[in-house]
Amino acid sequence: MNVVVLVKQIPDPAAPQALDPQTRTLVREGKLILDDSDAYGVEMGLQLAEQAGGGEVTLVSMAPNGETSGLRTALAMGAAKAVLVSDDALKGSDALSTARVLAKAIQRVQPDLVIAATESTDGYTGTMPVQLAEFLSMPAVTFAKKISVGDGKVHVERQTEAGYDEVEAPTPVVVTVTAGVVEPRYPSFKGIMAAKSKPVDQLTVADLGLDAGQVGAAGARQEVTDVSAAEERKAGEIVVDEGEGYERVVQFLEQLKIV
Amino acid sequence: MSIDKVWVLAEIADGSPITTSLELLAQARAMGGTVEALSWGPDTAAAATALGDHGATTVYDIGDIGDALPGAPVAGAIAELVKAGNGPDVLLVPTTYDGRDVAGRLSVKLDVPVITNVVGLDVVGDEVHSQHGLFGGAQVATARFTGAGPAVFVVRAKTFAAEPVGGAPAQVVAAAVPELGATNSAVVLARHVEERSGPKLDEADVVVSGGRGLGGAEHYALIEELAKLVHGAAGASRAIVDAGWVPYSHQVGQTGKTVKPTLYIACGISGATQHLVGMKGSKNIIAINKDRDAPIFSVADLGIVGDVHKVVPKLIEALKSRS
Repeated sequence: MNVVVLVKQIPDPAAPQALDPQTRTLVREGKLILDDSDAYGVEMGLQLAEQAGGGEVTLVSMAPNGETSGLRTALAMGAAKAVLVSDDALKGSDALSTARVLAKAIQRVQPDLVIAATESTDGYTGTMPVQLAEFLSMPAVTFAKKISVGDGKVHVERQTEAGYDEVEAPTPVVVTVTAGVVEPRYPSFKGIMAAKSKPVDQLTVADLGLDAGQVGAAGARQEVTDVSAAEERKAGEIVVDEGEGYERVVQFLEQLKIV
Repeated sequence: MSIDKVWVLAEIADGSPITTSLELLAQARAMGGTVEALSWGPDTAAAATALGDHGATTVYDIGDIGDALPGAPVAGAIAELVKAGNGPDVLLVPTTYDGRDVAGRLSVKLDVPVITNVVGLDVVGDEVHSQHGLFGGAQVATARFTGAGPAVFVVRAKTFAAEPVGGAPAQVVAAAVPELGATNSAVVLARHVEERSGPKLDEADVVVSGGRGLGGAEHYALIEELAKLVHGAAGASRAIVDAGWVPYSHQVGQTGKTVKPTLYIACGISGATQHLVGMKGSKNIIAINKDRDAPIFSVADLGIVGDVHKVVPKLIEALKSRS
């Protein structure tokens, strides 16, 4: 069972995020880290490959400047290798262009299963994995909270508005996983050392047989025209509880005529 | 492009269009031109009355897709309609699991981008401009389409207000699902409904939510008890849903429900971006958290800096003694 896990390397969400004032796209300078949301997919991929009794996990990522620091984290967790698409032409790619590029990269690996997070922490459009499935002519099962594999099929518990559905799909298939689907392992020291020598195959847009005009800002057909501060909610009254804090809550409920 | 036609993806649950789809129909009318709906499932004909009442003149009935997941077949049928030359200028899709799947598939089939997380739409001259919350809603970006083809917007719940206009039932027009091969091979084997009591989370006038500060699944009962006393619904942060303390149907936030109640009470919730997106629109917010620096206090009208395990039980006692 060969698994591709899509990983995004993002600016540290703990650091303040900003938009480039010129292009109005997310600033992705400086050190990038593995998106936390993707650690669950990596763990799921590793567990499923192990359960299947063979196969490996290949990471596929797209990032500027040949960035690999986030990939190394996932390699240290146990992924076997990585494919990184890095090309100046990709700057400003929207979800559709990103899916087009990643689909080409994944086709080189020929996986049985493609795992992605339901949405990235920084952009959270949440449509890219399904767009990817369409490019790959694969079924997609989104919002998986449990996955098992067997007999050339995946069996997924998929979140719904009302609860969850049990869904089955033949492989190859794209599955998106929610955070909490599994507990990601911490890379061991041995894993971290081994990760340094694991292969990272770096590709350009041309290597994938794509035209630079189809991707990046050139391929995006939406333009951000304005960014402004949202109407701020003002912080209100703060009461430090010294045993009677609840009384202020009761008063507030009375004012609103809730009690 | 002038706005001659707007389509709305109208999801149907329990025989009726979901509220977000009705909100989108109201917005579609405001944008001008003809308003038409797209639906699937066994109840489309029955829902045509409600869809017409909210302004749709026609509903394209994609039919009963049986046990298939909706993404592929619904997008396939819509793409056929567009390719036949009947496409709209704008397609509005609700931010739901199936809505996002449909929009993603359709995007590739029609080679048009999808604009997600939309929290506002304006027609400016011949263009549609959309607003999106960024960084948990701290900033709002305005975007416009620069390409050809239907502009596809995936809109968050409660962005617009639903409003019936008393239209005649929508005319039902069948729309066929083409042969899709492997993309349409996912099947639903069983559906599980996780029952909840009391008012629905996204319709309740009061929502009481709990977060990681509760310390353990066993303490969620406090939230449910308080919710009951204020006739509200019990919600949760993503952290405790992911931790398995409560079912997903309780989740408020970016990936969960968007709520805008009269009062939102956040208990032991720090206020991660992911959570704020789903509840900042509440009319009044009370936050109870022991960390004075928690971001939730920056949006709270009343912030109690204290331990939920001390404050909430006293609050419950006080409310009980009144009733």
